[in-house]
Amino acid sequence: MIPATFDYEVAESTEHALELLGGREDAKLLAGGHSLLPAMKLRLARPSLLVDIGRLRDLSYVRDAGDHIAIGALTRHKDVVEAPLLQEHCPLVPSAAGQVGDPQVRHRGTIGGSLAHGDPASDLPTVMLTLDAEMVIRGPSGERIVPAAQFFSGVFQTALEPTELLVEIRVPKLPSTTGCSYMKMSRRAQDWATVAVATLVERRNGSIGRAAIGLTNMGATPLRATQAEEAIAGGAAIVDAAPLIASGSEPSSDTAASAEFRRHLATVLGRRALEEAAGR
Amino acid sequence: MRHVALTVNGSRHELELEPRELLVYVLRERLGLTGTTIGCDTSSCGACTVLVGGESVKSCTMLGVQADGLEITTIEGLASNGQLHAVQQAFHEHHALQCGYCTPGMVLAAVSLIEEGKATSESAIREGLEGNLCRCTGYHNIVRAVSAAAAGVS
Ligand SMILES: Cc1cc2nc3c(=O)[nH]c(=O)nc-3n(C[C@H](O)[C@H](O)[C@H](O)COP(=O)(O)OP(=O)(O)OC[C@H]3O[C@@H](n4cnc5c(N)ncnc54)[C@H](O)[C@@H]3O)c2cc1C
Ligand code: FES
Ligand code: FES
Repeated sequence: MIPATFDYEVAESTEHALELLGGREDAKLLAGGHSLLPAMKLRLARPSLLVDIGRLRDLSYVRDAGDHIAIGALTRHKDVVEAPLLQEHCPLVPSAAGQVGDPQVRHRGTIGGSLAHGDPASDLPTVMLTLDAEMVIRGPSGERIVPAAQFFSGVFQTALEPTELLVEIRVPKLPSTTGCSYMKMSRRAQDWATVAVATLVERRNGSIGRAAIGLTNMGATPLRATQAEEAIAGGAAIVDAAPLIASGSEPSSDTAASAEFRRHLATVLGRRALEEAAGR
Repeated sequence: MRHVALTVNGSRHELELEPRELLVYVLRERLGLTGTTIGCDTSSCGACTVLVGGESVKSCTMLGVQADGLEITTIEGLASNGQLHAVQQAFHEHHALQCGYCTPGMVLAAVSLIEEGKATSESAIREGLEGNLCRCTGYHNIVRAVSAAAAGVS
């Protein structure tokens, strides 16, 4: 399978990328190509121009920015997994990035591409929603910052305008008393999640304080399990909060699982992910 | 058409490529390096795995133009001076191939895994090869071969 014809330009800088992107209505950015090229081969996407941002090395970094860790949008999954700053301050991100696809996918795919693609079965969007991360977006009229809760708007839809570039992702530095876990269930080893759950749990000498719970593939966008979060904030034990995890979600049925099985999986994976994050 | 310079198995090639030409077709059809096989053509099976800058990549999911200026190693480039690479030798000794269709991709994925220092245990090897499928399902011997090669190399 070969994609339909298209023009190809290599962006030399972020400004150059924006200029090229704004110059043609159906132009698309090409980062690692591990979502876009498969879609183009199947003719699900047919851009007339690809703007290759894969060589923008200055957008590939993991930096300590004081109160948060800044991740360049072009940082590959592999480099996210291995970043010592993330392992130390925000281990949920490398833990989930290490469960994306397989080594070949992680050698090419980027964190920015993963988030911009807006696939509800993807792992990193859920992680960003759970962490209340921020997306730094650059467009023709300057820079804006969008919280993860407002970034994912539908299946393959995000707050990004077609003329905009995601340049950086800001994730919090978690206190050492916060535990985390990402538990993913898929049908085949390298596959997308049938369901996955991300958790953050505040540990308070023996008991737990607040928790954040994010769900992958339980609706059109990544979701927060707000009812279970509220139950835990109100003092409920993990076993009592877990059955609420799928409340309010609208998972679909497909060849991998029925909606009902997805709801069941979310509660089971969610309980385990809460227990792991709580250090039990 | 776009002018591209690739270094494949140590030799430099200057080519005029259509942007839509996938790396796997550039290798097979432009350069005649048919050791790289196409299995699924949908990024799933790993048969087309080559090394780009020393790291495993599915060449059906990369454009030839994206490889401009980069170093590529295919299965044809692994042996040196008539000597099989340690991973090839281990595949031979442990009978790690049946029909052989997945083998070039398996070998290159294993080389990348070992080079990255991640072939540290049987389970790490199994996980590390999750992007490569063997339709003959000879995984046990493949894992044995990679373990042996990793022990020899490190
Ligand atoms: C076999 C296989 C298995 C996979 N398994 C998983 C999995 O288990 N979990 C998972 O989460 N993902 C999985 N993926 C997807 C993988 O994570 C991709 O790398 C990722 O979705 C897209 O990143 P990319 O850099 O390849 O983006 P590309 O494919 O280059 O781009 C994707 C989209 O985002 C846009 N885009 C890219 N970068 C930017 C930017 N900086 N700003 C604005 N728009 C941008 C592009 O225009 C395009 O529309 C898998 C992919 C494959 C091929
Ligand atoms: S042919 Fe490339 S992954 Fe199957
Ligand atoms: S040996 Fe036949 S596909 Fe692996």
